[in-house]
Amino acid sequence: MVATFDVKERLRQRFAADVLHADRAGGMESITVKKDRIVEILGFLRSEPDLAFDFLSDLGGADGMRLDWPQWRDRFQVVYHLRSMKHGRRLRIKASVPESDCRMPSVTGLWKSANWMEREVFDLFGVHFDGHPNLKRILCHHKFVGHALRKDYDIHQGQWLDETESMMDEIGEYGENPDDGGFSELVPVNIGPAHPATHGTLRLFAKLDGETVVRVSPEIGYLHRGFEKHSESGSWTMVIPYTDRLNYCSAMLNNVAWCHGVEKMLGIEVPERTQYIRVIVSELSRIIDHAVCVAAMLVDLGALTNFWYLFNLRERIYSILEELCGARLTSTYVRIGGLAYDLNEGFIDQVRAILRDIPKNVGDVIALIKKNRIFLDRTVGVGAVSKELALSYSWTGPCLRASGVAFDLRKSDPYLGYENFDFEIPTYEDGDVYSRAMIRFDEIVQSMRIIEQALDRLPSGPIFSEDKRVHLPDKDKVYGSIEGLMNHFVLVYDGIKVPKGEGYHPIEAANGELGFYTISDGSGRPYRVRCRPPCFTIYSGYSEIAAGSMIADAVPILSSFNIIAGELDR
Amino acid sequence: MTYTIVNHVLDYFELEQGGLWSLIGAIAVWAAPITGFVAIVGLVSIWLERKISAHIQCRLGPMEVGPHGLLQTLADGIKLLGKEDLVPKNADRALFALAPMMVFAATFVSFACIPFSEKAIIADLDIGIFFIAAVGSLEAIGVVMAGWSSNNKWSLFGAVRAATQVVSYEIPLSLALLAGVLCAGSMSLVDISQAQGGWIWSWFIFRNPFMWIMFLIYFIASLAECQRAPFDLPEAESELVSGFHTEYSGMRFAIFFLAEYGKMYVVSAVGVVLFFGGWLSGIPAIDGIGGITGNLIGAGVMITKSFLLVCVQMWIRWTLPRIRLDQVMDLCLKYLLPISLVCLMLIAVWQGLMPTFDEFGIAMIAAMALGFMQMRRIYRKAIEASKTRLSLPTMKV
Repeated sequence: MVATFDVKERLRQRFAADVLHADRAGGMESITVKKDRIVEILGFLRSEPDLAFDFLSDLGGADGMRLDWPQWRDRFQVVYHLRSMKHGRRLRIKASVPESDCRMPSVTGLWKSANWMEREVFDLFGVHFDGHPNLKRILCHHKFVGHALRKDYDIHQGQWLDETESMMDEIGEYGENPDDGGFSELVPVNIGPAHPATHGTLRLFAKLDGETVVRVSPEIGYLHRGFEKHSESGSWTMVIPYTDRLNYCSAMLNNVAWCHGVEKMLGIEVPERTQYIRVIVSELSRIIDHAVCVAAMLVDLGALTNFWYLFNLRERIYSILEELCGARLTSTYVRIGGLAYDLNEGFIDQVRAILRDIPKNVGDVIALIKKNRIFLDRTVGVGAVSKELALSYSWTGPCLRASGVAFDLRKSDPYLGYENFDFEIPTYEDGDVYSRAMIRFDEIVQSMRIIEQALDRLPSGPIFSEDKRVHLPDKDKVYGSIEGLMNHFVLVYDGIKVPKGEGYHPIEAANGELGFYTISDGSGRPYRVRCRPPCFTIYSGYSEIAAGSMIADAVPILSSFNIIAGELDR
Repeated sequence: MTYTIVNHVLDYFELEQGGLWSLIGAIAVWAAPITGFVAIVGLVSIWLERKISAHIQCRLGPMEVGPHGLLQTLADGIKLLGKEDLVPKNADRALFALAPMMVFAATFVSFACIPFSEKAIIADLDIGIFFIAAVGSLEAIGVVMAGWSSNNKWSLFGAVRAATQVVSYEIPLSLALLAGVLCAGSMSLVDISQAQGGWIWSWFIFRNPFMWIMFLIYFIASLAECQRAPFDLPEAESELVSGFHTEYSGMRFAIFFLAEYGKMYVVSAVGVVLFFGGWLSGIPAIDGIGGITGNLIGAGVMITKSFLLVCVQMWIRWTLPRIRLDQVMDLCLKYLLPISLVCLMLIAVWQGLMPTFDEFGIAMIAAMALGFMQMRRIYRKAIEASKTRLSLPTMKV
């Protein structure tokens, strides 16, 4: 294994003039480079066999206007989080972009997923990417003025935006079908944003030749509510309720992802009991999420009954979570350094009871579809995604594993003590709709195994870290001692003060890698929060994968991706 | 038969026979009760569909209006009556209004030739089967009108799908109808039913080994004709929003709905007449009663059998996913059509060569029961095998 030190040295040897700064922050090597040769640098990191940083896990921007760090030379930084699938290492590359010359080369030639992520950086920070195939706004409205995540953007100004985007630039003009020599005329049609197949508010603009989708292009941003900007306005704890609204099918996982990331920045270890409880609620959420995804997919195939079987299961898990934290959908259960409440009485028995019943619910659905000729005809080989394509689109989670890559952060970069649990990573080879549906059933079973082990070994003890920076002191200390009172006062008034620095600590959410790239200036408020939503990269591959399929296939392909608009649009 | 009752009525009121009064009399005596019957079939079927789907899906379904929600459909109908009559701005108004009536009329007219019992039939046409097949396809025209006039792409897609599907499945459906005609030697539905008199094994489905294949083909094709799942592509909710009736609301939508359920009853009734002995109960003592009592019993038997088939249609709808359009066509043209052609030939040969004897029917019933049990066993095994991939039943929790 090459020491992380070597990455820096290798870069220095090759691109001596371009490397500006290197440090190690939050357990990850972080290298700041000049922007102009970013394609060469990332290409070098990707192609060298001993480095092999071949996976673009995240691409985001940051505005350093109010940051007085010496290493932050120019106003903007475009941050690339790379991962080596071969060596299992992560690396952060930051390209420094001055305000006066706000352009840099695009890396869309290296990774297809960079397309949408660079559009997002352009949209929110105004950094232009030269060589980008279609650089335009993605989350904000196309008539939006200004760049919302710049620190000098006036959030109170308000803009009146009501014109629907024509999307003609992405889809091409109307006319004849180029694929059959102009024999047939193409029909433009809007699928969504209000359409039964687009769960949530997604808009697909498609050109159809009869029943065949010749070109299709998604427009996103209908649910964009400025999560990242919002997060900068409150304390670190106040972000937790916002994370509930990201992937609202598995809110617990988002809570865990956020708190886990912040704890890593603080250098806090949560007590063992908390880790186990977090694992249990995470896996319960994962079961819900997978059940919802498969249920919705089967509804899109016309098999409505399966939906109820799976939703009964989801309903029961929600009842458990409701009893645990008082909310069904928006849990806000996890806290930085601990949990909001300890397990309620009877929680363990309820979970054990549901573990006994899941095989029946899931088994009924499997009995209905697994050997069903119609289901197989509709799903096998439909929307097949190769391993290479999936990696190029930065896919993670079940969709990537359905294409045959056994990449799961719970195994590869264990957190919350996942290394202590005995479970497997199911994979399929074909990457079609069938694999993406079936892998979710397999993962439900693995989640059940994890929950079972966690329940068996659940330790007793405190649920909150004793660290004074995050833990509100007990009431008798608050009223009985001056230290307790001051501690309480400071924590309530200033919030949790995360030390200066940056961090990116992803976890395996139901859809894939969910991470928060956070920058703290030490003030008690997040300086910058960048959410890496798993379905953003997954959805960016849709137009390539669905083009050429029939309209009846395009719909299950979409639902097999499990696109959650709350997480996609943030 | 038809005219005698009308003439009796006309005589009673001392009115002139023939001309206008005969027409009015025919409407009063036949059309009005049949309209009522279609409406009741619609109401009952919709209630049944709700209840069956609910119980399949671990739900209760409507429970509030009336005992077990029996009046729920009526309440919904009244609500739909009270709704605003909306026509989209750019729609073709005349066609838009005409389309639901066209669809309904196609279904409604079919009821003229469907026997409820030996005497309870409006028009015992010599070409009854032919008539039903002919007016049944008129529905496709109504659907295309609805899709076209709505001026909505989803509606048009639905209409085109409906036309494609209905026209294609017409062929195997008609061939299956011919099988019954071959066995009975008549196209009149009354004659076909009467040809199945005697014990239960005289029914056409047990007549020879190919009739039950023909019945399966008829049933599949009739599902496609009614645009029921798994052939509900014209109104595929997840793809085409609602297909051809996307733009319809209020009473016009209700008429589409009524026509759909009416059509389900029609194809089931025709299937019962052709394959399951029509109004005959399969027990000679009951079938021989005759008179008003016998006709009433016959009507009860006929309606029960038809509704049983309607229930099977619903059961299938709530079990299977939807087929894709090209697969629908594949199924029809590559499988159903050749199989039905071969079966029709074999049935003709069998009819010509083999005498009709009861023992064969009994043997057929036994063979079908055995075959069914064997298939059930194989299916069970397959399901268990699919579960072990997930190690579900063996999981220790």
